[in-house]
Amino acid sequence: MALPEVKQKTTEARLASLTLPEGGCLDAARHAALSRVEVTGLPDRRDEYWKYTRPDLFTQATAPVAVVSDRSESAIFDEFDRIKLVFVDGVFDPDASDAAVLEGVDVTRLADLKSRDDHWSKEIYGVLEARGQSPVARPLAALNTAFATDGVLIHVTSTPTKPIHIVYKQSSESSDAILHHVVRIDSGAQATILEDGPAAARFNTVLEADIADGGQLHMVRTQGREHERHAVTHIFSRLGKESVFKSFTLTVNGSLTRNEAIIEFTGDDAVAHVAGASVGDGAFHHDDTVFVTHDAVNCESRQVYKKVLRNGATGVFQGKILVKAGAQKTDGYQISQSLLLDDDSQFLAKPELEIYADDVACSHGSTSGAIDEEGLFYLRSRGVPVEEATDLLTLAFLAEAVEEIEDEDIAATMVDRLHGWLARRG
Amino acid sequence: MLEIKNLHVKLEEEDKQILKGVNLKVEAGKVHAIMGPNGSGKSTLSYVLSGRDGYEVTEGTASLNGDELLELEAEERAALGVFLAFQYPVEIPGVGNMTFLRTAVNAQRKARGEEELSASDFLKTVRAKAKTLKIDADMLKRPVNVGFSGGEKKRNEILQMAMLEPKMCILDETDSGLDVDAMKLVSEGVNALRDEGRSFLVITHYQRLLDHIKPDVVHIMANGRIVKTGGPELALEVENNGYADILAEVE
Repeated sequence: MALPEVKQKTTEARLASLTLPEGGCLDAARHAALSRVEVTGLPDRRDEYWKYTRPDLFTQATAPVAVVSDRSESAIFDEFDRIKLVFVDGVFDPDASDAAVLEGVDVTRLADLKSRDDHWSKEIYGVLEARGQSPVARPLAALNTAFATDGVLIHVTSTPTKPIHIVYKQSSESSDAILHHVVRIDSGAQATILEDGPAAARFNTVLEADIADGGQLHMVRTQGREHERHAVTHIFSRLGKESVFKSFTLTVNGSLTRNEAIIEFTGDDAVAHVAGASVGDGAFHHDDTVFVTHDAVNCESRQVYKKVLRNGATGVFQGKILVKAGAQKTDGYQISQSLLLDDDSQFLAKPELEIYADDVACSHGSTSGAIDEEGLFYLRSRGVPVEEATDLLTLAFLAEAVEEIEDEDIAATMVDRLHGWLARRG
Repeated sequence: MLEIKNLHVKLEEEDKQILKGVNLKVEAGKVHAIMGPNGSGKSTLSYVLSGRDGYEVTEGTASLNGDELLELEAEERAALGVFLAFQYPVEIPGVGNMTFLRTAVNAQRKARGEEELSASDFLKTVRAKAKTLKIDADMLKRPVNVGFSGGEKKRNEILQMAMLEPKMCILDETDSGLDVDAMKLVSEGVNALRDEGRSFLVITHYQRLLDHIKPDVVHIMANGRIVKTGGPELALEVENNGYADILAEVE
C-alpha cells in the first residue's frame, strides 16, 4: 500500500539525508530495518501514536539547532567508581573514555563492526527492535537500526564490580546523532548502566537489552539540562525467566523528548520496573511512551511516571500493559501523575490495559493536579516558607518514581539534581 | 500576649460574615478556653490567627506581643510564635515526619536569626520529646500523618508543638476523635509545655478536655462573637445545661 504523499515525501527527504553504513556483520539487519522504515514511513502528526507529540523535528532532514551549554553534565555520576564511555556529538571519543577493561564484561564499539564478519550482537541488533514494531510501528527506532553510526555493544558474562557509564556530550549546535547500543546479560549475570548528557542537537538512540534467565540489568539515566535539546529514545528489553530489568530516567528541561520503553516478558517469574521523573518549564515537551507485553506466567511489571510542569510545559504519557492469553498470575501496575505548578501547563495521558488472561492483577491510574493547598498551609503554619514548602511537596510528589532506583546513593544524586532545578525557579 | 480587637472576618469566596467583632486578650502564661456551639466561628478564629487563605478580615486587629499578625504570612506568624494544633492534621505523603520536623524547626530558627540545629542535637531532642508522647521510631520515620490513627495524629501535633516551642498555642478541637487514654496522653503533653512565657487558646466543644487541661479563663462563642467570659465553672455550666440557657441569657 502506498504511503500518503506527505509522509512519503518526508520519509524520502530524511532517508536522502543519511548514508547507510556498509560492511560488516550487521549489513543484513540494517537493510531489513531500512525496509521497515520504507514500508511504514516516518511518523507524522496524523499517526495515532503521535497524537500528543509532534514528530516533525525528529523526521525533518536536518537537525534543529540547539545551543551548546557549558554545563558539565558528566559531573552527576563523578563520585561513583565506574567505567566511562564518552560520545561527543554521537561519535565515540576514546581519549576521553576509560579503557573498557572490566572483569565480566566485554565492550565493543559499534563502529568497529564494519570490519567484522561475525559478532555476538548480530543475534540481538535490530532483532528486539523488529519484535517491538508490532502491534505499533516505531519507525524512528527502525531508522536508528538502519543508520546508527556508533554505539556500544555490551556483553555481560558475570557481575562486574562497577557500573558502565555512557556519557553523551554535545559540542555542535547542529549535530545530529544516531546511536545504537546492545546489551546482553548472560544467565545469572548482573550489570548497572548509567547514561547522562544531551548527546547532540538532535539525538536518536536505541538500546536493545536481552536479559537471559536470572540476569539483572539496572539502568539510570539523566538526559541533559539543555533547554533546546531534542531527543527520541527507545529501550527494547526482553526478559528471560526470573530475570530483572529496572530503568529510571530523569529528565530536566529539553524542548522535545520522547522516551519509549518496550518491554517483553518471554520467561516466567521475571520483574520489570520502568520509571521516570521529568521536570520542565515553558517550551518543554516530554513524552513517555511505554508498552509492556506479558507473554509468560507470574511476571511483575511496574510503570511509575511523574512529571512536574510549569510555565506552559507539556507532559505526555502513553502506557500500555498487554497481557497475552496464558500469561496467568501477571501483576501489572501503572501510574502516571503530573503536578501542574500553574494553569498554563498541561498533561496528556493515555493509560491502556489489554488483557487476554483471566487470572491477573493489573491496575492503572493517572492524575493531574496542583500543589496540595492543605499540605502547603500545614507546612507554612509550622514556619516553612512558601517556596521551601512548595519544593518539599514537589520532591515528595516525585519520590515514588525516584524510589524505584535501588541504589540509594544514585537516587540521592537524582534528588540533588531535582533540588537544583527547583532552586533555579523562574 | 495575644490581643484581638473587634475582629470581623468573612469568607473570601462568598459574602458570608463569620466573625462579627471578636474581642479577646490572653495574658502570658494563661490558658484560655473557647467553647461554643457548631458554626459559632471557633475554628475560623483559629485559622485566621494562623494565616490560612480563604478569609478576608474586614475590620479589627490581632497582635502577638505587639506584632500585628494579620498582615503576615503564615510562616512569619509561626516564626513569631503562633502555633495551631489542627483539628484534622494533614497527611503529606512522600515527606518523612523527621524531615518535616527538622525543616520546620530550622526554618523558624533561621527566620529568627538563630543558628540551625545540628543533625545530632535535633535527633537527641526529638527522640526525648517523642518518648514522653509515646511516639516510636517508626512514627518518626513514616510520612507525615500518613496511616496514623486519630490519636497518633494528635500526639504528632503535640510533638511538633514541643519541638517548635511556640509562644501562643492554639488547640483546635484537639480532643476530637480521641479515646480517654489518648486524651490523657495528649493533655499531659500540653500540660508539660505550660510555662510563664507560653499561652494557650483551647477550642473545644466539651468540658472533658478541660478536666485535663485546666483553663484560667473560659469564653463562650456564639454567632461570631464572644458572648460570655468566666472562670472554669462556666465550662461546667455548659456541660450540665448546654448552650441554650447561656445564649438565651445573653440575648
